[in-house]
Amino acid sequence: MQNSATLNDVLKTFNEIFIEVLENEDIVLTYETTAADIPEWDSLNHIALVVAIEKKFGVEFTAKEIQSYKNVGEMCDGVTLKLQAKK
Amino acid sequence: MADPKTSVPDFFELKKNLKKDFSGLPRFRLAILGDSSTQFLHQAIRGYGYEVELNVEIYESDYGQTDQEIFNAQARLYTFKPDGVFLFYSTQKLLSGFYSCNENERRSFASDQVSKLRNSLAKLRQSLSCKIILSNFTEIDDGVFGNFGNKHPASFIFQLRKLNVALMELAAEERDVFINDISGLNARMGLGYSFQPKLYVNSDIVFSLEFTALVARNLVDIVLPMMGKLKKCLILDLDNTLWGGIIGDDGMENIQIGDLGIGKAYSQLQQWALQLKHRGIILAVSSKNTESIAREPFERHPDMVLRMDDISVFVANWENKADNIRYIQSILNIGFDSMVFIDDNPFERELVKKEIPGITVPDLPEDPAKYLDFLRGLNLFETASYSEEDAERTRQYREEAKRVVAQQSYSSQDEYLRSLQMTSAVKGFDSFNTPRVAQLTQRSNQFNLRTVRYTEGEIAALITAPGAYTLSFDLKDSYGDHGLIAALILKEQEGALFIDTWVMSCRVLSRGMEQFIINQIVNLAEKQKISSVIGEYLPTQKNGIVKELYPSLGFVQDNGKWMLSVQDFKSFNTYIDAE
Repeated sequence: MQNSATLNDVLKTFNEIFIEVLENEDIVLTYETTAADIPEWDSLNHIALVVAIEKKFGVEFTAKEIQSYKNVGEMCDGVTLKLQAKK
Repeated sequence: MADPKTSVPDFFELKKNLKKDFSGLPRFRLAILGDSSTQFLHQAIRGYGYEVELNVEIYESDYGQTDQEIFNAQARLYTFKPDGVFLFYSTQKLLSGFYSCNENERRSFASDQVSKLRNSLAKLRQSLSCKIILSNFTEIDDGVFGNFGNKHPASFIFQLRKLNVALMELAAEERDVFINDISGLNARMGLGYSFQPKLYVNSDIVFSLEFTALVARNLVDIVLPMMGKLKKCLILDLDNTLWGGIIGDDGMENIQIGDLGIGKAYSQLQQWALQLKHRGIILAVSSKNTESIAREPFERHPDMVLRMDDISVFVANWENKADNIRYIQSILNIGFDSMVFIDDNPFERELVKKEIPGITVPDLPEDPAKYLDFLRGLNLFETASYSEEDAERTRQYREEAKRVVAQQSYSSQDEYLRSLQMTSAVKGFDSFNTPRVAQLTQRSNQFNLRTVRYTEGEIAALITAPGAYTLSFDLKDSYGDHGLIAALILKEQEGALFIDTWVMSCRVLSRGMEQFIINQIVNLAEKQKISSVIGEYLPTQKNGIVKELYPSLGFVQDNGKWMLSVQDFKSFNTYIDAE
C-alpha cells in the first residue's frame, strides 16, 4: 500500500538505529525480522529502540502500538503512516 | 550529542560509553536499590561516570526488592561492599502506597514513610559504613483535590511535599546521608520532559530517557566531591561577561550594570558569584584590558556587586588567556580540574579548552539574559560538606595570592620581607596549643629535623618535665594570620641544649623564620646559662630540605651532630618582630 521506495528508506534507517542501540554491527533487518531473531532485542532494549526511532523520525507511538508490533515490517509501516499523516 | 536543554550527553551517547576502557579510572562502588525499573539508570550512571573519568561499578538489586535486600544480612548488597548506596523510590509507587491508606493513615503518611526509611537506614548502617544517597520525589499532583490539596493534610500533594522536606531534615541530621534532588531537576525541566506515560505503562519506567541521563549526572555530581573532585575557583572574564559593553571603548559610565540597558543580566550574575565566594569558592578575573581601566568599576562604579576585595587574583593584560589562567593556577596552587572559566567569547573559550586540559569552560548562551539560568542548571559547584571554615579558607587563598602578587612588585626580597611587617608570638607549650603542636610533630615530614612523633599527652607532659624547654611560634603579617607554624623541644644534656625536635610549616619558608628561631634558641640558652646548642639531622625520604639547615645557621660539625657556641653567636637580622 505504501510507496515501496519510502518504505525501503525507512527500513534502512531502522537498520542503522538497531545497529547503534543494540551495539551489534551484524544486524541485517528484513520486514519479517522479530525479536526472536536478534538476541540483544529484549524487552528493555525494545523500549530503547522505540525511543530512538521516535526521536529519529519525529513521530510518537502509543503505549498500545509499542506492545502490538509483531515484527520490523509492522513498525516500519507504523512510522510510514505517521509520517504521511503529518504531511 | 548533548541535550541542548541540559548540556548532558544524550542517553544513547552514555550507553555507548559502556564499551569504553574504564581501566585506570578511579573507582566508586555503587549499589542501586529501586522500587521501579533501574536498568536504564544503571547504564546512564556508568556511562556518565566515564564522561567525567570515574569508574562507577554498579550492583543493581532486582527492582521492588529494596526491603528484602536491606533486611537480609546475606544479601548480595552486603557482599558487594559498596562505597555508596542509592535508594531510588518513585512517586508512582509512593502514590499507590498512599491510596491503600485510610484517611487517618494518610494524615501521617509522610512521617510514617520517614520512620520506615530510618529503620532501613539503621539496618544498612549495621553492616555498611558508606554514603547513602536518597532520591526525593517528583511533585506529581494526583488531581484529586485540585488546589485545595494544598490546604488539606490528607491529600497526596500535601503529604508528598511534606515528605520531601522531611528527607532534607533527615539528611541535615545525618552526615553520610545525601539527597539526589530529582524533584529539583523536575521543577527545572517539567513533567513533560521527565515522564513518558507509555514507558511507565509498558515497562514500569518512571523517567524518560532524556531525564534518566540528567538524574545520572546529578548522582555522579554527588559522588565526585566525595572522591575529592570539586570546583574551587571561578575565573571570570569582564567585558560582556561581568558587565555589558567594552570598558576600554565605552568608558566606566556607559557599561551596562544595574539599571542601565540590560544591566540586570550582569548584576544577577555578579550576585551569584558573590554568593559562591561567601560559600568558599575563590573568584579570579582574567580579562583582555588595561589593568587600571579594568579595575575602575570594581573600585568606583556604584552599581558593581563585586569589589576588588572579592577577587583573589586579578589579571588584566593583553596576553593570551590560557597563559593568564596558568598564572592564576600558579598563584592559587590548585588543580586545573578544580577551575571554571566563564567568558562570552567563543574564541577565548575554545583556546582555553584546547590549551588547558581539565578546566571546565561552559558554552554560554548568546543572550546574556540567559547566562545565570544556564550556569545554575549545570550544577558546577557541588560539594559533599560545608563548614564555616570553607569561607575562611578562601580568605587564606586570597591572602596568599596578595602576598605573591606583592612579592612581584618589590625590587628585592629584603624590601618585600620588610613590607610584610611580620610579627611572631614566642611561647612555651600550654594547654591551648598542645593539640596543634602534636599535630605538627605528627604531620610534618619535610621541615622536620629528627622526625620524632609526639601524641598530645606526651606534648602536655613536656610542659612540666625537668630539663626540657618548649617553644612555639606563630606568624602574622600584613596580609593575615598563619597561626602556629613552628614548634621546638629542647633538652638539657651534658651541659648543652639539645634540639630534640624542630618542626615547621613549609608555608612560611624563605621569610627568615629559621633565623628568627635560632636567635630565640640562643636567647633561651643564655638565660639558662648553657654554653652550647647541639642540633642533629636524621635524614628521611622527605626531609632533604633541612639537610643543610644547621651549617647555614652557623653550626659546626661535632661527632656526627652540629654544635653552636652561644658565646660566639651573632644574632641574625630578620624582618620579624617578637610580639
